[in-house]
Parts: sequence; structure tokens; C-alpha cells
Amino acid sequence: MKNKLISFWRYRFLLSNLINRDIKVKYRRSKLGILWSVLNPLMMMCVMTLVFSHIFRFGIKNYAVYILSGQLIFNYFTESTAMSMESVIGYSPLIKKVYVPKYIFPLEKSCFAFVNMVFSLIALVVVMFLTGASFYPTFVLAVYPLFTLFFFSLGVGLFLSSSAIFFRDIIHLWSVFTTALMYASAIIYPVSMLEGSIMGYLIYLNPIFWYIDAFRQVTIYGNMLSFAHIAVCAVCAVISMIVGSVVFKKGQDRFILYI
Amino acid sequence: MDNDIIVKVDNLGICFNLAKERVDSLKEYFLKFTKGSLHFEEFWALKNVSIEIKRGDFYGLVGINGSGKSTLLKTIAGVFKPTEGKVTVNGTIAPLIELGAGFDMDLTARENIYLNGAVLGFSKKFMDDHFQDIVDFSELHDFLDVPLKNYSSGMVARIAFAIATVTDPDILIADEVLSVGDYAFQEKCEKRMEQLLANGTTVIFVSHSTEQVKRLCNKATWLEHGKIIMTGDAETVCDAYSQRY
Repeated sequence: MKNKLISFWRYRFLLSNLINRDIKVKYRRSKLGILWSVLNPLMMMCVMTLVFSHIFRFGIKNYAVYILSGQLIFNYFTESTAMSMESVIGYSPLIKKVYVPKYIFPLEKSCFAFVNMVFSLIALVVVMFLTGASFYPTFVLAVYPLFTLFFFSLGVGLFLSSSAIFFRDIIHLWSVFTTALMYASAIIYPVSMLEGSIMGYLIYLNPIFWYIDAFRQVTIYGNMLSFAHIAVCAVCAVISMIVGSVVFKKGQDRFILYI
Repeated sequence: MDNDIIVKVDNLGICFNLAKERVDSLKEYFLKFTKGSLHFEEFWALKNVSIEIKRGDFYGLVGINGSGKSTLLKTIAGVFKPTEGKVTVNGTIAPLIELGAGFDMDLTARENIYLNGAVLGFSKKFMDDHFQDIVDFSELHDFLDVPLKNYSSGMVARIAFAIATVTDPDILIADEVLSVGDYAFQEKCEKRMEQLLANGTTVIFVSHSTEQVKRLCNKATWLEHGKIIMTGDAETVCDAYSQRY
């Protein structure tokens, strides 16, 4: 364990370098450069706000912000897991030549997705401001669902990146799965709509719903996090990290033979 | 363990599962699995390989293509895990296996120097301190902010070599690195390697040129089909090898 930590400390510079590289490459050669990282989600959100505040309405106050907050969490999760999933395969030229601890790659993609999410968060605040939403002091508590979600996504990413090496099918299945998950996460409709149906109970089995709900409670509604929110977010993150690390660790010595 | 021995390869075997047909999808896997036709052909890239490399050796590996030289280097570098046997390494390794691992062609040379340094496990401070040395050695002052994709392979090799040898590693692993770059730079690399050697670095070196191995190395091993044919001082091994081919 101690050796692990030393080796992680040694490779922290690699981690920051790769994240840096990803950000640079993403916006390289565009005139506005890094500004796009806020501008892009902001413009997307403006389009969605226009669409959803005029066409669809579920009788939710400030419906646009309701959707955008849900999407922010959900997109972060899918981006993080999808990028982690292909990270080891993507870095195969490197892995074949030098020894680098393999978990660096999913970890790096998770961090990169987190950075992107922070930019989206800035855009969300701008949209909330523009649409006249109220700000509550509980907003700062949003770090709790965001950080627990980071570990939840990292665990899922570790699991996926290891499995995807042995079975590439998972890459295709995952995108289908996340689409289904999106409709089961109460992003565009209110939870109250599900009351009375079986889905009204099933939705509580969806961890992403809990992260989204926890995030909304503190950012939009100004409520404190309930005990259930705190517990579910933490437990999901811990379980995901344990399963992900075990699966990844078991497979990592054989990665080289399959990439 | 003997303090003098820096790399000890003990009865090493590396086995690849060469799937006859590559089973890449879940459906195929289950179909094959239920039919019981999940065949893997075992291929031993290395078998019963034992070598000992002493501190300060300039160790050469010779053999034809596909004889397992690179696999052996990669196993020592930690890229492959031994299927059987054991590899013990007592020191830091600077790998020069296929130059430019971790270079991103879209980034500039300056950014790549930091990135590649990070891949090799150097810290930011170390890279800051040695940045100038690397640039000086590679002689690419005027092109530092040019994306690497506009570089020739020789120029890329210069940077890669400069980064990998900026530290005084205990072990330098060099896989046919000297075949790229112009003559003057090859000489410069050789000089740098000899200088490292004088500072106590052990060099493990693969080359197809027996003449070069003879000139640089003191010991050598001849590999063929993953097995050792001969180990001894460079002169004898190279002579026997060139007589065979």
C-alpha cells in the first residue's frame, strides 16, 4: 500500500500533464481557445432553455434550470465513464512501450471530465442568473454530490475500461445503456409524474437519480441534504470504487496482450 | 542477492495466447465457448531465458527479427509481466524502446518534452531544471514551438533520446535507437551512452549491427526463437552470430 502511494505520488505530474494535454488538444486551433469550455455548455444551455421554456412544460418552476441541472450531472457521469472506458485502449501505444501504472488512464479521464463539468457548472450559474432563479447559501453543498459522483464514476470507469479490453462489445452496449439510463433519471420530467406507477419505486434504485436529486435540492431548492441523500451518494461511491478497483487490478497484467 | 548484479532474469518465460481467430466480441465468445471450440495457440516468445547483468555492463542482445529481443527488453522495463520465472531489477530504468512513447503529435516540442518526462516518471521540478540540457542536446532550439507532427522522424528521435538520457539512470534500455538520426547525431548518442557508462549506468542494447555491438558492448547474448543460443563476451558471441548468418 505504501509503495502504491509512493508510485502514485511519483506519477502525479504525469496525471496533471495528461489532463492539461487533453484540455489543450480539445480547443487547439480555435480562435477563442479555452473560452470555449465555458462558452460551449453555455450556448447549449441557452438553446435548451429556449426550447424547454416554450415548448414543453411540466408545470415546474424555472423548468430550464431544472433540466440543465439534471443534465449537468448526467452528462458528467456519461462523459466520465465513456472516456474512461476507452482510455486504456486509447493509450495502448504508450502502454506497449513504457511501464506506467495503468489506473492512471481511467483516473485521468475522470479528472478531465470533472474539469469539464466545473466549466459547465459556471455556465449553469450564468443561466440561473439570466433566468432570474434564486440562489441559496446551500449551493456550496453541491460539492458533496459532485465529489461522491466523481468516485462513483471513477469506479464504474475502472470496471468498464478493464472489461472493454477483453470484450469490445461493451463499448457499444454502454452507449445504449446510458441512453436508457437518461430516461430513467428524471432529468426532463418531475419525479412526481411517476407517482402511482411501478417506475415511481424503481427510480430509487438508480444511483444517478440520487446524485441528480441531491444536486437539485441544494442548488435549486435551497434545501439541506437529507440523511438518505448523504448515505446513498457515499455508499454508491464506495461500492463502485471497490468493485471497479478489484476488477481492474485483476485484469491489468493481461491488458498488454489484448490491446 | 549479489550487489553487483543489477538485472537478474531467472528462467523467464513469456507466453502469448495467439488466438487462432481473434475472439473480440461477447457473442462470438459465448458461441465458441458453448461449442467448446475456444482454441488458443500458445506461443512462447521467450522460454527458459536466464541472464545476469552486472552493474556497469554494456550488454548487447543480438538475434534475427522475431527472436524475442524486444520482448526481453520490454519485460525488463516492466511492460510485460513474466508468465513464468522471475525478473529482478535493482535500480531505475530509462527505457528507450521505440522512441517517443507518449509523444502527442499535435503538441509542440516544448509541451512534449514535459509530457514525455512525465511518462518516464520525472517530476515537474526536475524537468524545469533540465529543460535546457534537453534542448541543447537535441539541438532543436529554433523549433521548440512547432507541433511535433511537422518534425522529421530523426528530429523526434533526437528529443526522445535527449529526454531519456537526461537523468543518470541505473539502467538504460536501448532498442535500435541509433538507427535513426544522421551520422553526427548517432555519434553523439554513442558518446552520451559511453559517458553514462562511465558514470556507472548499465546499458542494455539491441542492434542488428554486430559491428556496433562488438564495438560498444562488453557482453552479449544471442537469442533465437525465444531461447538463448549463446551468452558470453561480445566479441565471441558476435563472431559466432555473424558466421551463422
